Amino acid sequence: MLLSSAVRWTAGGLAEAYLMDGSDDEALVMRGRPGLLPGVVPAIELTAVRKLFGPVVAVDGVDLVVNPGEVVAYLGPNGAGKTSTIDMVLGLSHPTSGQVSVFGMAPRHAVRAGLVSAVMQTGGLLKDLTVLETVQYVAALFSGPRPVGEVIERAGLAHITQRRVGKCSGGEQQRLRFALALLPDPGLLVLDEPTQGMDVEGRHEFWEAIRKDAGRGRTVVFATHYLEEADAYADRVVMVRRGRVVADGSPAQVRAMASGRVVRATWPGADTGALGALEGVSSVEVRGSTVLVRSDDTDSVARYLLNQTSARDLEITAQGLEEAFLALTADDPVGAGAGRAGAPS
Amino acid sequence: MSSGTEVARVGPVERRPPPFGGLSLPVFVIEVRRLLRNRRTVAFTLVLPVVFFLIFGLNKAYASQRAGSGNVSAFIMISMALYGCVVATTGSGATVSLERAAGWSRQLRVTPLTPLAYILIKMATALVLGFFADVIVYAVGIATGQPSMPVHVWALSAVVVWLGSLIFGAFGLFMGYLLPSDNVMQVMGFVLWLVSFGGGLFVPLSQFPEAVRQGAKFTPLYGLNQIVHVGLNSTPFDWTWVLNVLAWLAIFVGGAAWRFRKDTARV
Repeated sequence: MLLSSAVRWTAGGLAEAYLMDGSDDEALVMRGRPGLLPGVVPAIELTAVRKLFGPVVAVDGVDLVVNPGEVVAYLGPNGAGKTSTIDMVLGLSHPTSGQVSVFGMAPRHAVRAGLVSAVMQTGGLLKDLTVLETVQYVAALFSGPRPVGEVIERAGLAHITQRRVGKCSGGEQQRLRFALALLPDPGLLVLDEPTQGMDVEGRHEFWEAIRKDAGRGRTVVFATHYLEEADAYADRVVMVRRGRVVADGSPAQVRAMASGRVVRATWPGADTGALGALEGVSSVEVRGSTVLVRSDDTDSVARYLLNQTSARDLEITAQGLEEAFLALTADDPVGAGAGRAGAPS
Repeated sequence: MSSGTEVARVGPVERRPPPFGGLSLPVFVIEVRRLLRNRRTVAFTLVLPVVFFLIFGLNKAYASQRAGSGNVSAFIMISMALYGCVVATTGSGATVSLERAAGWSRQLRVTPLTPLAYILIKMATALVLGFFADVIVYAVGIATGQPSMPVHVWALSAVVVWLGSLIFGAFGLFMGYLLPSDNVMQVMGFVLWLVSFGGGLFVPLSQFPEAVRQGAKFTPLYGLNQIVHVGLNSTPFDWTWVLNVLAWLAIFVGGAAWRFRKDTARV
């Protein structure tokens, strides 16, 4: 990883980088990192990965092991560092510090070996080529790719092979990117915000194609900020916020975090300490003269507010997955004096 | 994953990287088809040099005057073929700008294709369009019956024009990486026009004042334009022409490599 990107693009540099990574990996395995299974080379292994763009910290110390066969959602709001992380996994950029390996090798080497491929965000296609030409073009870049007809079939593009890419809908273009990603029959498929900007129908068809494919045991990692996609299609959800992993578990565990409701009331000079001490309260937030209380037991919060304080204009709303997601991933207001965490002081 | 054990599992099957870094015939064929599909580029590249030849190369006032081993019409035909070829190779090189803007370069970087193979494919494609530009000007020249020079000069100049114009493929790449895609073609057209005047393609440099003539010797098309006329001209071969060509080639290739590195470093 000490090599500059310019050197990494030459064949000699690649071999060198590969050797360097190989030796580093052995050391990592011996340290016995959590998540590593004995005798299994992880599909992705990130070790203390940081990525800086000038003064901006895009990825801030991520440790992550994805084992072969897992379908992982990398979930976070825009700007959480999802694409930066994916770029490093694909060898498109290099970490400022830390290690990235894909099937135990340097990412660029894994790409050249056809072990990893990706469905990128919007763009990345030539509008003046037909669907068939695009697949033929990329197929010619791999040695021993899957047959062109097969990937077109699997991506659900058989009826539009002669259509110009520029005339394809967003969903069709995304399935074309998926077809391209299938060509090397990769062990790891990385999808970066694959359904962004797609309509409901397109989104459904796209995930249908991915789901069929993932059933064969391919490792799939997809970045998304749609919680329902993570819930429906992943067996593991990794939540990121401001370049750090804030939660990592099954979709069920994520849903559990989302239980509870929110009480909103007007209460100038709210006693946040007293609210935080109530049973079941997970957080208290003050916004001007309004106070927001998240709790598993909003009834007792309401009772307390109405009976024992001057709070008025009560409103109780259910906290969905979306709110849990926001609570976990939203940025803290910088320098805000209001207590946000629920722990009573 | 909850898939049963009977399902054929997709494991990490390592493949050999493709030979020649992904340099392949199908990609070349598709690139050529793509280029020829762009009617505006093709028309601009193929028609304009012919029109220039018909205007300047057939003027009765001087067309049949002697020039070295041939006549002025032949001299102008070679110049126009060179102009067409240079427009073709520059334009083809500059398409990287559009591909970069479309994100296609990024897509290709997630394949085993090496940057060198990509650039070689671009250059080969440029040569195809350049070939047409070259051949059409010469064919029109023959059809008009005006240009006159020894047979071996016809053949030699045509080949030197064709292959020599490849230098400008590197220029196109450099500009393609340097300039934003929305105006790269316009800027390029203007620059090529200036450079063609500097090289003496449109107006003989002897028509300019001495100071301009001396300055013109340092412009990118000067050396190449002298070399392609070597068979025709009676003036002795001058190694500074080769120096001019090599210096500009180094600048273009160096510039393209520099911008390319910046481009791949940035994501």
